[in-house]
Amino acid sequence: MPVSDTADAALRVEILRKVYGGGGPEPVEAVRDLAFTVTAGAITCLIGPSGAGKTTTLRILLGLDPDYEGRVTPPPDEAGIAMAFQEPRLLPWRTVEQNVRLALPRPARAQNLDALFESLGLTPWRGRYPGALSLGMARRVSLARALAQKPRILILDEPFVSLDDNAAASLRGLVVAAVEASGMGVLMVTHNVAEALEIADRLLLVSGRPASLLGTIALDRPRGQRDRGWVEANRASLAGRFPGVIAS
Amino acid sequence: MGFATRLASVLVLLAGWQVAASAAGSRLLPAPLAILDFIARESATGDLWWNVGITLARVGISFFLAMTLGVLLGIALGRSRRLNLVLDTPLLILLNTPALVITVLAYIWVGLNEAAAIVAVVLNKLPNVAVILREGARGLDPQLEEMARSYRFDRRTWIAHVLVPQLQPFAVAAARSGLSLAWKIVLVIELLGRPNGVGFAINYYFVQSLNVAAILGYSIVFMSVMIAIDILILQRLEAYVRRWR
Repeated sequence: MPVSDTADAALRVEILRKVYGGGGPEPVEAVRDLAFTVTAGAITCLIGPSGAGKTTTLRILLGLDPDYEGRVTPPPDEAGIAMAFQEPRLLPWRTVEQNVRLALPRPARAQNLDALFESLGLTPWRGRYPGALSLGMARRVSLARALAQKPRILILDEPFVSLDDNAAASLRGLVVAAVEASGMGVLMVTHNVAEALEIADRLLLVSGRPASLLGTIALDRPRGQRDRGWVEANRASLAGRFPGVIAS
Repeated sequence: MGFATRLASVLVLLAGWQVAASAAGSRLLPAPLAILDFIARESATGDLWWNVGITLARVGISFFLAMTLGVLLGIALGRSRRLNLVLDTPLLILLNTPALVITVLAYIWVGLNEAAAIVAVVLNKLPNVAVILREGARGLDPQLEEMARSYRFDRRTWIAHVLVPQLQPFAVAAARSGLSLAWKIVLVIELLGRPNGVGFAINYYFVQSLNVAAILGYSIVFMSVMIAIDILILQRLEAYVRRWR
């Protein structure tokens, strides 16, 4: 799915500067000049080295950290942005189903979620506690919780990290299917280029500390036609162009 | 197997006691059967259950008050740095004031009445509950807090599904240690200034007749009641709040 630059921006981010410990003796600049948009119906991947300020950026997008210079223009809806955190962050004392429902606004909690659980392969696990789940399954629950919001923008923070290849591949497939079914925009943060090359429509390459935007790359080959060779060739070429960002 | 071992240990203890008591032949070391005899006679007159009931009521009321106030105070202290700074030292002082001192002062300042007794138990127990719950409220998982904020959990949902489940193990721990603390203090308070209850009865038999069988009889009955409450109610509650683990 090619993405044109004129596609409507569902989320507009302009972070001029984010500094930690501003009043202290050694303030740390975490983000500088990071401006990008997340468009509806597309997967945008933010790629950067570990510890580059990616999580800081996400916290700003979610409104969890108001202390920065710049501006974030979220979608106008109340439930515009939903996030699946890197750690699933489920309530361990509530069942899978309760975890998904409790994150919904009160009036929406009673709705039928059969199709959602079924599409994520969670139907047999609905009554179980998160402690009984593998990490891959817990990530699916976390994804279900975000998708249940029917968000305009879905944010995924390193959603496939520490999963085995099979679990990661099946979760990737679920994310792609959800985007294609709903037309929502996805912002995925990762340090794994190969993973981004498999599912992204657009890559945002970010330098480390302070995080700032180095380049934007549109991937115009359809997702279904990206074989290992294509991914590997692009990974190598990106590693050549952005040596600090992408390990070769 | 575990139960059989426990039973055997109790039986050996009782047999040894019976033998020692028979050998001593003194009313200062009554045999288990003599105590059983006292319990039977005292409960036939109704005195035993009247006193046990009154003590139980005092424990119940003061336990409930101390738990409620202590839990609320502990949460507030754990979540507000400033409040904690203000109240930490008074709490530390209260925590280290002997139960006897609090009791005597309560009787002097409030009067030799039921209210003073309840106030004394509550003041003795409240700091323990508050300190335990403060630890719980300080240890709230920041990742879950962020999750709850990003999903815009309303206050009721946050309290019921994020806050309370994290504090439950601390509240149950405070309840279990608090219950045994409360009844021990209630007995002292009754001994010092109440005309009824188990503490009063023990003091009566001590001062009047040095009746060790009566003292042990009252103690054993009341301890049994408290242990039963712990096993039948509190331990089950603990298992219930940990069911998801």
